Amino acid sequence: MLSASDLVYCVGRRRILDRVSAAFDPGRLHLIIGPNGAGKSTLVKLLARLIVPDMGDVRYGGADAQTLTHRDLARRRAVLSQAVEVAFPIPARELVMMGRYPHFTGRPSAADEEICDEVMDFFDVTGLAGQSYATLSGGEKQRVNFARVLAQVWRPIVEGCRYLFLDEPLTFLDIGHQLGFMRKVRSFADQPDMIVVGVVHDLNLAARFADRLVLIDDGRVAAAGAPEDVLTPEHLQKAFHVQPIAVRNPADGGLHLIFE
Amino acid sequence: MSAPRDRARALILLGLFAAMVLVAVASIRFGAIDFSLRQMFSATLALVTGREPATLDGRIFAELRLPRAVMCLLVGACLGVGGTLMQALFRNPIVEPGLVGTSSGAALGSALYFVLGSVLKFNAGPWALPVAACIGGIAATYVVFALSRAGETGRSSIVMLLLTGLAINALCLSGVGFLSYIARDPQARSIIFWNLGTMSGADWKSVTIVGVATLGGVALSLRYAKPLNALMLGEEEALYLGVNVARLKWAVLTINVAMVAVATAFTGVIGFVGLIVPHILRIIHGADNRYLIAGSALLGATLLSVADLIARVSLRPAELPIGIVTSIVGVPVFLWLLRKRQYVF
Repeated sequence: MLSASDLVYCVGRRRILDRVSAAFDPGRLHLIIGPNGAGKSTLVKLLARLIVPDMGDVRYGGADAQTLTHRDLARRRAVLSQAVEVAFPIPARELVMMGRYPHFTGRPSAADEEICDEVMDFFDVTGLAGQSYATLSGGEKQRVNFARVLAQVWRPIVEGCRYLFLDEPLTFLDIGHQLGFMRKVRSFADQPDMIVVGVVHDLNLAARFADRLVLIDDGRVAAAGAPEDVLTPEHLQKAFHVQPIAVRNPADGGLHLIFE
Repeated sequence: MSAPRDRARALILLGLFAAMVLVAVASIRFGAIDFSLRQMFSATLALVTGREPATLDGRIFAELRLPRAVMCLLVGACLGVGGTLMQALFRNPIVEPGLVGTSSGAALGSALYFVLGSVLKFNAGPWALPVAACIGGIAATYVVFALSRAGETGRSSIVMLLLTGLAINALCLSGVGFLSYIARDPQARSIIFWNLGTMSGADWKSVTIVGVATLGGVALSLRYAKPLNALMLGEEEALYLGVNVARLKWAVLTINVAMVAVATAFTGVIGFVGLIVPHILRIIHGADNRYLIAGSALLGATLLSVADLIARVSLRPAELPIGIVTSIVGVPVFLWLLRKRQYVF
């Protein structure tokens, strides 16, 4: 279980987040939605402990995130963010292996090599293994990065949950790869010790894949719960100033929004 | 996939080591006077067994040629590894080891010594110059580091460090310019000469000091190869991979300053080696720092020895300042590498 209580985060005088509390359960896919500048990314960065809250705390299981060492944290928590650029020539496979860095000192173990093979296969980038990362296309780079990040938390750890954060990961992906990626995340989140929290922009992707949604508006939690309960006309009107029409996806009967 | 890559890496490092040994032998052998291999052998044997060299040639070999050759290897290794560390830290392939103020600060320290020493007429002995240069290098680097973290966030970002380094470099160099402008002729010449680099002052004492800094620096650097690899992805990503980025920056800067300040203190400013060495290595086998750091020590040592050999034999019996050789040879090589551009910036 991952929990945030009364998080406050300020930049200068501006409160980006104002007393945000939320809880995230294992085996579930949680997605954070909200208008631009609402503080979604900031919330994910606080949860992942890239930045430290001015008030409130983030707890991993029972432990205050502040008490974990960098390396301890990196063994159980991975973060997929937007495009990563590398100025130096490095083979894609070596980049993926970096995801295992927190798990070994010196040389990678046989298990680390095995995990690299598995994640590269999972993201369909095995063929790019020997190519220099810098020469890949935007979409290929993003998939190699997915593989690297997932390699970090690919297998269960001895004690406690694994945590995966997604900070707007769908940039640079076409619709086919977006759906493919969300399906993979979905299957990953079904593991009983896996807590997944992500930010996405597309409300329909959120409606389709999330177990729980958190709507952030102006630095506060405006709504949280099952997608059907969060994506209501009142909430969306207030946060996004749009008027949604809820329809059903003919394929699976799921919620789908179109906008006036 | 990675086993053959490991093997290739081992082979390349072995090749670099062999090249270094060959060049070192050549640089001991040739110079103002040449030694035959047999002379080299018996003179080395005499040195190892502690016998006084009998001939003048033997003394030249033991007290000038040999320490100078070793000094070239050490300083080359320092500059090569320093370049690799700084380029990795700044995630930028066109960064020199002196970027954070170290070599320009050392230049200012030495210029101050030359001018003040002659004005105040004190004679502080042979160690005053290297000490002044070393203090100048460390002080300038400290100023860069302190100013770069005094920003609003209190966190020393890489970009702040880079820009502050550029500013302090400019300030130090204008200080050097001012001092050489007000200096009398012999001091002004000394300043200019020192800024072009020279290996002629090498003796066994200075070799020992530089040797400790080099070996310690290289050994410590190797420990940071993995976190520096993670830093290629950016500061945020490195943090996510469990790297304590603030501590990494501090450690790598400290190692670099210690190596570059000490090396520069005894030999003056030598450009381009630190810039070019990591480039060449990356073209051969990519940017993995576990390979780059070891490789840049070997290749840096080799290239600086070649430069010193050229400096000594091209105008025999006179010699060129080594900094001129590294620039004349280094700039075209660098431009060629840029045009080849096997990787994107």
